[in-house]
Amino acid sequence: MTAAKHIEVQNLRLAYGTKEVIHDISFDIYRNEIFGVIGPAQSAKTSLLRCLNRTIDLSADATVSGSIKVDGQDVRKVKDLYGLRRRIGMVAPLPVGLPISIYNNVAFAPRCAGMTKKSELDPIVEQCLRQAALWDEVKDRLDSLGTKLSGGQQQRLTIARALSHQPEILCLDEFSIAIDPVTTMRIEDVLKELRKEMTIILVTNLTQQARRLADRTMFLWNGEIIELDNNEVIFGHQPKDQRTRDYVLGIFG
Amino acid sequence: MNADPNRRFTATPQVRRKYRQEAIAKWIFFIMSASMIVPLLLILGYLIQRAWPSLSLGFVLDVPIRGMKEGGIWPAFIGTIYLVFISLAVSAPIGILAAVYLNEYAKENWFNRIINLAVINLAGVPSIVHALFGLGAFVYAARFGYSIISASLTLAIMTLPVIIASTREALASVPRSFREACWNVGATRWQTIKAIVLPNSISGILTGVILQVSRAAGETAPVMFTGAIFFKAVHKGDVFPYRLDEQCMALSTHLYNIATQVPDVKQSIPFAIAVVLLGLVLAVNAAAITLRVWLRNRKKW
Repeated sequence: MTAAKHIEVQNLRLAYGTKEVIHDISFDIYRNEIFGVIGPAQSAKTSLLRCLNRTIDLSADATVSGSIKVDGQDVRKVKDLYGLRRRIGMVAPLPVGLPISIYNNVAFAPRCAGMTKKSELDPIVEQCLRQAALWDEVKDRLDSLGTKLSGGQQQRLTIARALSHQPEILCLDEFSIAIDPVTTMRIEDVLKELRKEMTIILVTNLTQQARRLADRTMFLWNGEIIELDNNEVIFGHQPKDQRTRDYVLGIFG
Repeated sequence: MNADPNRRFTATPQVRRKYRQEAIAKWIFFIMSASMIVPLLLILGYLIQRAWPSLSLGFVLDVPIRGMKEGGIWPAFIGTIYLVFISLAVSAPIGILAAVYLNEYAKENWFNRIINLAVINLAGVPSIVHALFGLGAFVYAARFGYSIISASLTLAIMTLPVIIASTREALASVPRSFREACWNVGATRWQTIKAIVLPNSISGILTGVILQVSRAAGETAPVMFTGAIFFKAVHKGDVFPYRLDEQCMALSTHLYNIATQVPDVKQSIPFAIAVVLLGLVLAVNAAAITLRVWLRNRKKW
């Protein structure tokens, strides 16, 4: 990898109250790579993403130290918090169709950013739904409620919504746990397309998914980086750490 | 384990005992639920029977005659409507907006904890204490005098904490995941509230407010202390008989006066007032339930 650094995490620590969950981790994510994050539950994968888009601020008892830089700019010193969140698309583990129409689900973020003209919104809605592989299924019923879609469709709607504010970083937090394997494969194909335009952070419980998609994978355990390397190493015969080997082989975790 | 296949699914003593206990439990719970509505039916039946000679639409629309010993209750009826309407016009916006702040914006700190504590405690204050507070604060300190405005504001203070509590409950019923989804795409809290939270909690909020109508209509002490008058001459069917700085008659205080202060009243009249008051409350509650059912059918998830 010779690409430029897109995200630099330096000495990041995160504590909820007195319990530290991320212990002084540092790593870089390159532009336009798919960066896999694997690790068992309680390994602070989701908390890491919340530090990135600063939804961690919403947890009153969370204290963060260290820095996360996006294009050299520390997210913790960003003035325009909402602008920052628009630069980062976030897909949560469980699909969330908002209780508004499908069209409004996707148009919500652009509207919040101040875009009001239908002539501007229409192409964005169509493009995002196409990118999320949902357009063909919903193009005739854009007025029906987002919550009435099936689970897999709602998850693609969530992805469309995350793309609607044209982010440069897309974070997927265990996006496939609520959807079937076929839909998962379709979304994975979408991700391979999207990486041309953005950096993708793929947090997943499925080690095989990280193996299929990611360029590099980080194995996070109890808030520490056990190993971070190219996929050939992590999923190869000789990862540096025995625990990585055991985890990806399914011996534990 | 019973290994004999022929004996599978036959009732053992233990199974029979289980069924018996289940049946007993079910009947006890049913009887308790049924007995709950018995007092209501008894009260209603007794009141309507005693009130029957006076009950008619004319009773509501007529003015009292012969020193309130006969005639209708229009001044009191319209007065109660004034009080309820003005008090809720004051307390509903304040209560709803305060609840939005407490539920959507407030962080855990000592200031908000004090507000929370105040709301909970205010809801438990007896109405006679509210009455005294209204007398001191609105009638004397604010110099509104004994008037509709004093009485309405007193009722507003009384209903406010309950409106805050019910609104918060309605807001809390909107799943947090919806809010987080909005915040993740860069929406501010207000944009989230406007687009998602309020449209999906409005049914609960309105129900909470409407239920306070019956409370405001039924309260006696606060109105008696701050703005009720024994009698006021009003034209039959006059919809705007009172100015806001005047005292008014109200159903609850009128019932009290008729029953205790006026000698030789036609016997059915106090009961008829009670029926009108009860009917008003039940009608408002029914409206609240209808609204809630209607809005719940449009629920979106």
